[in-house]
Amino acid sequence: MSEYPEVSFESRMETVDFRVDPDRAHITVDGDACRGCTTQACVVACPANLFVPRADGGILFNYEQCFECGTCYLVCNTHGAITWTYPEGGHGVVFRRS
Amino acid sequence: MSRSARWPDVVDVDVIVVGAGPAGSAAAIAAARAGRSVILIERGPFPGSKNMYGGVIYARVLDGLIPNWWDEAPIQRWVTRRQTMVMTGSQALTVDFRTDTWGRPPYNGATAYRPDFDSWLAGHAVEAGAQLLCSTTVTGLLREGGKVVGVRTDRPDGDLTAKVVIACDGVNSFLAKEAGMFDHFEPEHYTVGVKETLALPKEVIDERFGVRGRDGVDIEIIGCTEGIPGGGFIYTNLDTVAVGVVLQTQALAAQSKRPEEIIASLKAHPAVAPLIEGAELKEYSAHVIPEGGFNQMPELVGDGIVVAGDAAAMCLAAGIWLEGVNFAIGSGMAAGQAAAEALRLDDTSATGLEGYRRRIESNFVLADHRKLASVADLILSRRVQTSYPELVTNIVERIFTVENPSPKPGFNRIVLDEIGRSGVRLRDLARDAWTGLRGYG
Repeated sequence: MSEYPEVSFESRMETVDFRVDPDRAHITVDGDACRGCTTQACVVACPANLFVPRADGGILFNYEQCFECGTCYLVCNTHGAITWTYPEGGHGVVFRRS
Repeated sequence: MSRSARWPDVVDVDVIVVGAGPAGSAAAIAAARAGRSVILIERGPFPGSKNMYGGVIYARVLDGLIPNWWDEAPIQRWVTRRQTMVMTGSQALTVDFRTDTWGRPPYNGATAYRPDFDSWLAGHAVEAGAQLLCSTTVTGLLREGGKVVGVRTDRPDGDLTAKVVIACDGVNSFLAKEAGMFDHFEPEHYTVGVKETLALPKEVIDERFGVRGRDGVDIEIIGCTEGIPGGGFIYTNLDTVAVGVVLQTQALAAQSKRPEEIIASLKAHPAVAPLIEGAELKEYSAHVIPEGGFNQMPELVGDGIVVAGDAAAMCLAAGIWLEGVNFAIGSGMAAGQAAAEALRLDDTSATGLEGYRRRIESNFVLADHRKLASVADLILSRRVQTSYPELVTNIVERIFTVENPSPKPGFNRIVLDEIGRSGVRLRDLARDAWTGLRGYG
């Protein structure tokens, strides 16, 4: 295997244009539901790494750099833990060279 | 690039198309050209801004819609070199095909940036008379009785009504689900594609990939996803190279390596690293892909509504054939034509809109999907994903390894040895071969 210098995750996400809606999170996570979840599948699967486990067993979620892909609700096995809608028109991710 | 977000003066039209991706724009072009009033709604600030893919457009389906489309489409490169690579951690076996034919009209596959391509196609919808309404998210369907009669949006003025709604709202299919057309939605048939767009000077790309001018390369890879069902891809744009992986969502979630780490492993593979050495990350992107094929499609037609493109699970993920944009355009065109036909006959019920299904039954859209219905699961099976790549690369390595003073063992000996070592049962091998022959034959 040859060495390949990987960019930090922060730099990786900085290559993407997000028009963040300051007023509304288009995805919400129910902390109580997540505390009982043993798999927390969203943590490893989210391509934008937006789901962070908390010390109390819950999940911290940041909607601002979301690709709006849908992976999180596809892998979530805790009914009702993730409420998923698209952002308001004109907001959210804007791809340029995808 | 059209990005109008101006609210329409007339809020009741013949056809509303939700989503200005390839399916939606094709639908809008077809309906508008048939003389129908059309509003084409896009939630992004411009068409294509929410879209990514992996990454070849087979656009011959456009021949009937935009003659000589190749003269004007915003194409990066024409794929004249197509490789299929079978990979293990330390080996790679590549089938490398090239032809000049694909580098001249009518061409075959093209690479493009989706924001460019989708905006271009939406421009044709506008030219045909459709009104493009960007920066507007559809939040639900309007219904009367059971019939869909319009959409609710997040704009202050809210509702738009139409006799037919064409749902091209992408892989998450919220409208088809709301309409009750997706009663067997199964998450395991969805993959997530993650991709890096990497900048390199054009001359460097030409040299490393062995192409010139606008000629380009598409490499499809199996065996590079750490046991997660899926695959990898590398393709050339003019001055960027795209590298990505496609991962079955459930299996991704059941292990501990993150998507960008799996891309990093692919990039570090000895068969890949020299191609992209020194490249700078320009954009990271991700999107979900409907891979279930024919057996996972929703109801395609309801009262006042039809579903097309990714929203109808029309991506073709059949191993050697990985297509989607063409299926979106093909189904969208048929949906637009069927909507116009139903309006002409003054019956936009499910019965009146059946022309949609009839059209895609008679062309590649459902014919290819029906033919390859059994292949989708085979491709994502553990044997095809892991056992067969190891088996094949080990056989080839043995064949080309000269172990003098021992004499050559002969093909039969090697193949039988390696099948034995791989643990693959002949019964499974025969069954998979039969499924493959039935699908591809």
